[in-house]
Amino acid sequence: MSAVRKAVVVGTLRKSQMKEQLEKGKRLDGRDLLQQRKLSIETGVIEKASGSARVRLGDTEIVAGAKVEMGRPFPDTPDQGLLIVTAEVLPIASAYAEPGPPNEEAIELARVSDRGIRESEMLDFSKLVIKKGEHVYSVFVDVAVLNDDGGLFDAASYAIVSALSTAKRPNATLAEDGSLTVLDETSDLEVKTLPVATTFAKIDGKIVFDPNTEEQSMMDARLTLVTDSEGKFVAGQKGGSGVFTFEEIRELARTSAERGIEIRKAIRDTIENGSQKT
Amino acid sequence: MTTTLLNADKIRLDGRKLDELRPVKIDVGVIKNADGSALIEFGKNKIIAAVYGPKEVHPRHLTKPDRAIVKCRYHMTPFSTDTRKNPSFSRREIEISKVIRQALEPAIILEDYPRSSIEVYMEVLQSDGGSRCAALSAASVALADAGINMRDLVAGCAAGKIGGEIVLDIDDTEDKEGEADMPTAIMPSLGLVTLFQLDGKLSESEFQKTFEFAIKGCMKVYQIQREALMNKYFGQSEPMQESTE
Repeated sequence: MSAVRKAVVVGTLRKSQMKEQLEKGKRLDGRDLLQQRKLSIETGVIEKASGSARVRLGDTEIVAGAKVEMGRPFPDTPDQGLLIVTAEVLPIASAYAEPGPPNEEAIELARVSDRGIRESEMLDFSKLVIKKGEHVYSVFVDVAVLNDDGGLFDAASYAIVSALSTAKRPNATLAEDGSLTVLDETSDLEVKTLPVATTFAKIDGKIVFDPNTEEQSMMDARLTLVTDSEGKFVAGQKGGSGVFTFEEIRELARTSAERGIEIRKAIRDTIENGSQKT
Repeated sequence: MTTTLLNADKIRLDGRKLDELRPVKIDVGVIKNADGSALIEFGKNKIIAAVYGPKEVHPRHLTKPDRAIVKCRYHMTPFSTDTRKNPSFSRREIEISKVIRQALEPAIILEDYPRSSIEVYMEVLQSDGGSRCAALSAASVALADAGINMRDLVAGCAAGKIGGEIVLDIDDTEDKEGEADMPTAIMPSLGLVTLFQLDGKLSESEFQKTFEFAIKGCMKVYQIQREALMNKYFGQSEPMQESTE
């Protein structure tokens, strides 16, 4: 049965089963409360992209592609390269995904992903300038969700970080008259830190890490926290129509920082070796 | 990053101390046609929130048989910002409308209004940083003004980090030049968080301190919300009892 189909027939029965399991410290799919699903990351999956990665997190599958192109800076930041992040849940990804412009969930996914990259200062935008006010690098990061079984914030962040860490930018030369020539040769994009997202869901008063679609359909609220390589918090987002206690937020910050360390290690291994399964 | 946000005495550009809120003023019932409304002035922010409902659901297929649905729109007028804002609905506004809706929903007793919709519109007439928290705080007062059954008010306030220090209530300049911003909203009497966002860079201890500041800010906003409602309905305000947090 597909993940989405499962979510549809959740009903009261499934929910009460979940409650029973949670009491025992287990989840319906057999995981412990703070156990992540199987994560695998592959880089360089799209040759035409400047950098790309495919992430599988349980049954969730995401491809992120980065394109580094020449662009013009925004008037208020003439000495900074550009970053544009978009996300789409493709119509193939679930029975509930629809073709058309991104809905509020997809927009939230793109904006939270953007904050992780931007606020962690993963890319040094001041170095992505060829001529101030005229020519800068534009970094486009586009996230495509191929199969949605929850945990999109997390899977997208791993895909983005892996794609950018392996991305190349075209070299360019500036002539005396100010004209720009883009060369065939490339350089590494150079990333300074690896921001990774961790998402927690609150179901019936219990906190679980890495919720799947079925769990998301039962949750009261979720919290996503993004930490960088130094363990600093760079982005956060509460979602869902429920609440967290003050202590839950404080505790989740500690847990998020811990889990980030393991995930970053898996990503680092992938970047060095090409693919990684945990 | 050329602006100095804090002077040697740790006083902020607008003269505030680290843990000082901007002046906040709330007027209740400012839109005649609405079922409930409020104008909030939060520093230079000027935001009107209006509530229509409970009313029939459009389109009808969105109807929930056992409870109300909440529709939320946070919108900035083109003249609300330094450079003119494109009047069309931006991705930022879509995201903020969503997080505000999910911050208000836990406070509304939706089960009391089956098959209906409660519509919350927030129009930012002038923005000055922290507008989502201000808008949400006004919306919560407007909901109460509309007589919608609620578990608690929702009070919002951001805290953040500027010039290496944790501060309460980030304004526009501090948001742009500062290091971190943590918009937060709580149900003050119940002690529950309904909105939480973060962008910027904070160590774990800074995270904890910023969160504590944000909660304190929310409690201050709560007092002003309460006074505004008391003033409208009883012509006076009662001093608030010491909070639980």
